[in-house]
Amino acid sequence: MKLLKNIALSDTGFVFNPGNGDSFSVNPIGLSILKDLQEGKSEDAIRNRVIEDYQTDKETIEKDLYDFLKMIEQFNLTDYHE
Amino acid sequence: MKKQIYERPLIQRINTGMMNKFGTKTEYAPVSHIDGLAVKDLIKEYGSPLFVLSEETIRNTYREAVRAFKTRYPKVQFAWSYKTNYINAVCNIFHQEGSWAEVVSGFEYQKAINNGVPGPKIIFNGPDKSDDDLRLAITNNSPIHIDHLDELYRLTELAEEMNKRPNVAIRVNMDTGIYPMWDRFGFNYENGQAWDAINKIILGNRLELIGVHCHIGTFMLSPQAYATAAYKLSDLALGIKKKFGKTIQYIDMGGGFASKNTLKGSFLPGADTTPTIDQFAESITTALLNAGFTESDLPLLILETGRALIDEAGYLLGSVLANKRLSDGRRATIMDFGVNILFTSFWYDHKISPAQEFSSYTEDTVMYGPLCMNIDVVRSHITLPPLRKEDHVVVHTVGAYNMTQWMQFIAMRPAVVIIGTDGKSHLIRNKETIENIESSEVMPDFLRKHELASDILK
Amino acid sequence: MSKRKITIAVSGLNNIDSPGPGIPVIRALKDSELFEIRIIGLSYDTMEPGIYMHDLVDKTYQIPLPSAGQQSLITRLTYIHQQEKIDVLIPNFDAELFNFIKLQDTLKKMGIDTFLPALEQFEERQKWALNTFGEKYGIKVPKSKQINSTAEIHALTHEFGYPLVVKGKFYDATVAYSPDQAMAAFNKISSKWGLPIIIQQFTPGIEVNLTGIGDGKGNLIGAVPMRKTYITDKGKAWAGIALEDETLMNIARNMLKGNKWRGGFELEMIKTDKREYYLIEINPRFPAWVYLAVGAGQNHPEALVRLALGEDVKPYESYETGKMFIRYSYDKIVDLKEFEIISTLGEL
Repeated sequence: MKLLKNIALSDTGFVFNPGNGDSFSVNPIGLSILKDLQEGKSEDAIRNRVIEDYQTDKETIEKDLYDFLKMIEQFNLTDYHE
Repeated sequence: MKKQIYERPLIQRINTGMMNKFGTKTEYAPVSHIDGLAVKDLIKEYGSPLFVLSEETIRNTYREAVRAFKTRYPKVQFAWSYKTNYINAVCNIFHQEGSWAEVVSGFEYQKAINNGVPGPKIIFNGPDKSDDDLRLAITNNSPIHIDHLDELYRLTELAEEMNKRPNVAIRVNMDTGIYPMWDRFGFNYENGQAWDAINKIILGNRLELIGVHCHIGTFMLSPQAYATAAYKLSDLALGIKKKFGKTIQYIDMGGGFASKNTLKGSFLPGADTTPTIDQFAESITTALLNAGFTESDLPLLILETGRALIDEAGYLLGSVLANKRLSDGRRATIMDFGVNILFTSFWYDHKISPAQEFSSYTEDTVMYGPLCMNIDVVRSHITLPPLRKEDHVVVHTVGAYNMTQWMQFIAMRPAVVIIGTDGKSHLIRNKETIENIESSEVMPDFLRKHELASDILK
Repeated sequence: MSKRKITIAVSGLNNIDSPGPGIPVIRALKDSELFEIRIIGLSYDTMEPGIYMHDLVDKTYQIPLPSAGQQSLITRLTYIHQQEKIDVLIPNFDAELFNFIKLQDTLKKMGIDTFLPALEQFEERQKWALNTFGEKYGIKVPKSKQINSTAEIHALTHEFGYPLVVKGKFYDATVAYSPDQAMAAFNKISSKWGLPIIIQQFTPGIEVNLTGIGDGKGNLIGAVPMRKTYITDKGKAWAGIALEDETLMNIARNMLKGNKWRGGFELEMIKTDKREYYLIEINPRFPAWVYLAVGAGQNHPEALVRLALGEDVKPYESYETGKMFIRYSYDKIVDLKEFEIISTLGEL
């Protein structure tokens, strides 16, 4: 999964899609995952990175990441042309 | 490097017109303790879900209500409304504080007797009183509040049969400017039914009319309506004095004062809009004092306040069973309690707090109960921090009507504990067991056995 | 004389096609000869234009919606007060007034002055109590009734006849010409503003309004009557003209003698062909067209600030008629960064 190229991420947690004018807010961990996606990291890599950085376990992040990525898709923030 | 504290990743669309999060944190500020005891310890000891009552809050609320009325009116008596919460330990707190009992069925009457309340201090209300119930109440000299003409006639017959003179009052309904008007109970004031009943009682001379009673509605937000009701009941009492020379001993204003819950559909939270007990007291006592009674004829004021005395003392503790995402993207959280035990969630937007610390990020959530039934919605819209499976929540202001209207449906009912003024938790109702429920079932012999074919599924 | 520096917090920054009174109030305050005013905007929504009007609003803070309750509001205001040291606060939304009235003593203790009606004054002019209000203060009021369910609509034919007016608890009003329309209006308005719904007798005539301010002791400090000369498709004023209407002025004076109104208000009246005046509504705050009063020579918001500060204010004795206002809209260019900041940090 890849984030649309022109999505603007701000350190305040503000996400802007200049393609359709939608804006969103994310919490800090959400922002870090969006940045990972922007860098082209795979889901596995993101999961491992989160486990590395946060006090959590594989099962929890697997469920939560699944949910988060679904939301990103639903919000039309991902690139389909790949 | 030390690892950061984990929180579920969240993304939310910035909508205009959406509740903004700035300054709303108090709404979901964590409540980790009740009267000094940790929520997680209570759940560990008694299981989840769990009803918790605060003895201190009950006593303080009661004393505050007594103060509000007694500082304004010389003769005041409270009668605990059993239907609001009839767990015996709760009833006894009110009885210890000096409250009589107010009951609306033979079952509740028996509970009051078992709790040691003397007969003359049990007010017997309601449309459902069997002949046996009435006989018992007559024998015990309890004030019987007559609801309809059929009851008036039956009571007259029983009085003759038993050669007794029962103490009675009539329940009166009236227009107090409140919608809906509760005209299904008692005799109507405006159309003369109330006077007809009074004439029948006094001229019949078998029943002793000692009081007049009303109960104008439930969850009343208007103190003015009580003033109107008090004027109308006073008018009846004064009329009885004038016509028959008979002094009415008490005016029973019933209950119905609102608690601090928020009714569904209200714009502002109940905690900010509910009138104080002082406002209700001011309306009622001013009306009575100005009605025109002589000092010696001033009737005893009886109050059957239930909800406003117990609601805030009750909490429901629960745990998250699961989180899911609905098809439209909304978050849904499934709790281990639902409308089966939190019956009042049908009409209130209960305040619900997480029981553990969170950051300031929140998500709009639908809160469901555990029942496999579509109606089982605790809150259709609530802003909550990201709760994890097994996290705990505290539902506030649940002391009234839940521990009586709860259903044994699909799941069993949880334990109830009270946190005493001693700072300890005390069990006052056991968690239901399958044995409790099946003990009243009977299995006919021909239904004892069955054989199910096996091995259909490979 | 040098101007006194003070800080005033103002809400109602929704200066959109049917505008809130915040920006007009701020313009009036900026015109003050007495004060040099720093304006703190209080906003509910990130799209309220006032947030971005930096020539009028020095800094804006988001505050929780009224439905979040007083505890949330006071927590937020405490934070804002720590940053800004507010001298006077002027709330401008009907829906928020209940909370601010309840909190006025608390605010006073914090050092924030307000000039709001007492709760009883506020409550007795509620739409659903207007008949009683009219009787008490000798003002004609079209017959009205509050209802809580659509089931009650059928009975209205008898009582009111059609057309009739269906009104919300705080805002919104629709003329219904049949029970079906009344039903539809009930559902639409109640879903937004809750119950009860107010049903009002339809009174034909021309609408005349009055913006005024009372000192809480029974005196009318200032008042300017106005007739809308052109309205938008939402029924809001597009243009309006200051009137000379001594009858209306007397109605306002008498009402204030009776109820001792404290603060800004607006009377919405219908003047019938027989020159009878019917009170439709009393808004418990300045209307969005309050700047017309300034244009006609009476600065009501400035007077309110002085009253809030405890000063003795002499009533205005005259105003210029023949002044009119015409509303215009204006496309303000805003950098997305500003939207981002107010959205994520809650202040700008």
